[in-house]
Amino acid sequence: MASDWRRYARTLRRFWGTALAGQLEYQLNLLIELLAMVGNLAGSLFVLSLFYGNSSGGAGTGLGGWSWPEAMVVLGVYTLLDGVSSTLLRPNLSRIVTHVQEGTLDFVLLKPIDSQFWLSARTVSPAGLPEIAVGLALMLGAGLKAGTRLDATTLALVAVLLLSSTLILYALWFLLATTSIWFVKTWNATEVLRAALAAGRYPITAYPAGLRTLFTLVLPVAFLTTVPAEAVLGRVSGPWALASLGVAAGFLLLSRAFWRFALRFYTSASS
Amino acid sequence: MNRRWPRALAPELARGLRIARVLLVTQYAYMLEYRAEIALWALSGVLPFIMLGVWSAALTGGGGAAGLGLGLSQAELARYFLGAFIARQFTVVWVVWAFEEDSVAGRLSPYLLQPLQPLWRYVAAHLAEQATRLPFVVVIAALFFLQQPAAFALPSPARLLLALPAIWMAFAIHFLLQSLIAILCFWSERAQALERLLFIPYLFLSGLVAPLAAFPPGVRQVAFLTPFPYMIGFPAQLLAGLEVPIASSFAAMAGWIALLLPLTALAWRAGVRRYTAMGG
Repeated sequence: MASDWRRYARTLRRFWGTALAGQLEYQLNLLIELLAMVGNLAGSLFVLSLFYGNSSGGAGTGLGGWSWPEAMVVLGVYTLLDGVSSTLLRPNLSRIVTHVQEGTLDFVLLKPIDSQFWLSARTVSPAGLPEIAVGLALMLGAGLKAGTRLDATTLALVAVLLLSSTLILYALWFLLATTSIWFVKTWNATEVLRAALAAGRYPITAYPAGLRTLFTLVLPVAFLTTVPAEAVLGRVSGPWALASLGVAAGFLLLSRAFWRFALRFYTSASS
Repeated sequence: MNRRWPRALAPELARGLRIARVLLVTQYAYMLEYRAEIALWALSGVLPFIMLGVWSAALTGGGGAAGLGLGLSQAELARYFLGAFIARQFTVVWVVWAFEEDSVAGRLSPYLLQPLQPLWRYVAAHLAEQATRLPFVVVIAALFFLQQPAAFALPSPARLLLALPAIWMAFAIHFLLQSLIAILCFWSERAQALERLLFIPYLFLSGLVAPLAAFPPGVRQVAFLTPFPYMIGFPAQLLAGLEVPIASSFAAMAGWIALLLPLTALAWRAGVRRYTAMGG
């Protein structure tokens, strides 16, 4: 068991080392990513400020009872998750459909390593790293302004809940990508998912009741950004934190079971 | 002299119409094959509906209409964002991806040999794709009104007649802007990344995420110096039946097209001169 873990860790280091070396060749791309990140963040902050009477003074309770710095914490969590998905999720998961389409999934399945692990962790892109850094900075800065106390419990809780939201995002995405085993054409279903997840830019209470239910029970946007943001602000309740972990574990197990199930129907590209 | 001119022009015109018809019919048949994907693409334009949720909750809750400076009722707000959704659906442009794929795969060379400017082929593909989208957009709009019966109102015939050319002109502006980036593929294979940068001002200044009335005056003035507010906000306001300066907006759109069209043509000519097919 222990040697198994070591083997996967070693493989991961090789995967990411080679991927980074390859990507750093394209420095112009990194510059463009950096500019895009700054532009996107400025635009998001601007739109957010529209709900606070254009003064950004923090007086109003513009969005669902969240003050200006509190709402910025949510945006920080969103930016962080977006960075994680451009670094880890998108480069890997958007390739699954290509593997199915071109039949190269055969080669993946033949490798002496877990296929879900290979497909999910084969590569890494530095493009999202600035976004991760800015997201963390925004969470910290806005959190301190909103009165966050930086103690060990808060930090641990935030770390756990951020991990949990990353896992939820990963599992949702992988579930959708898995359907390409049957319907090759569903690859842009992941675009629909990404578009809907943009709802995570705002706290869940900023939505009308119907959408709030939808974003909690059907598409767990609430667990992606609002719950970790509440942890940053030191006011997450026990049940919500536990629910987040439960949802993450549930979706993760589901994605695993669904992948195994889907592979039974995989008949390679030419047949 | 006077009598020769129409006769010389008529065959040209007939040829143009024939080419247009053939291109549109074949592209439509092609796009119909991909209707499942196009339905998903249509669904991936949900952003205006998400933003409607945030704006309408902010309108009823917190500051109220005055605080947000919108001057819109709930029903008007709902119709505005539905209009933004529809305007976006019929002005989506993907020429930079198609062009890059064609030039990398070497399909561009035969196109260049044909006696037809290759960009027309992409125009036809976009129009055919919009025709394929139409039924899905109608279904989504119907569902929207079922869900929000209070907001139900169809645009008046006069407004609809204005909205159609407004959407087409918005499409033309978007297409020309993205074509300029696509043409940069002749110089750099990574031109596509630049499209990400174009998308940012488009996203925030077009009215897709917030009606421009909500912007602070200074930002709004700057936004109207760019083509972006005319690409979503203006057609959306026409469709929603809101008050909007019609003549000056159409004039501004015509101005942008008059500026971008020759620019695109010039860039194309310079680009083709640099073109040395893949592997050449």
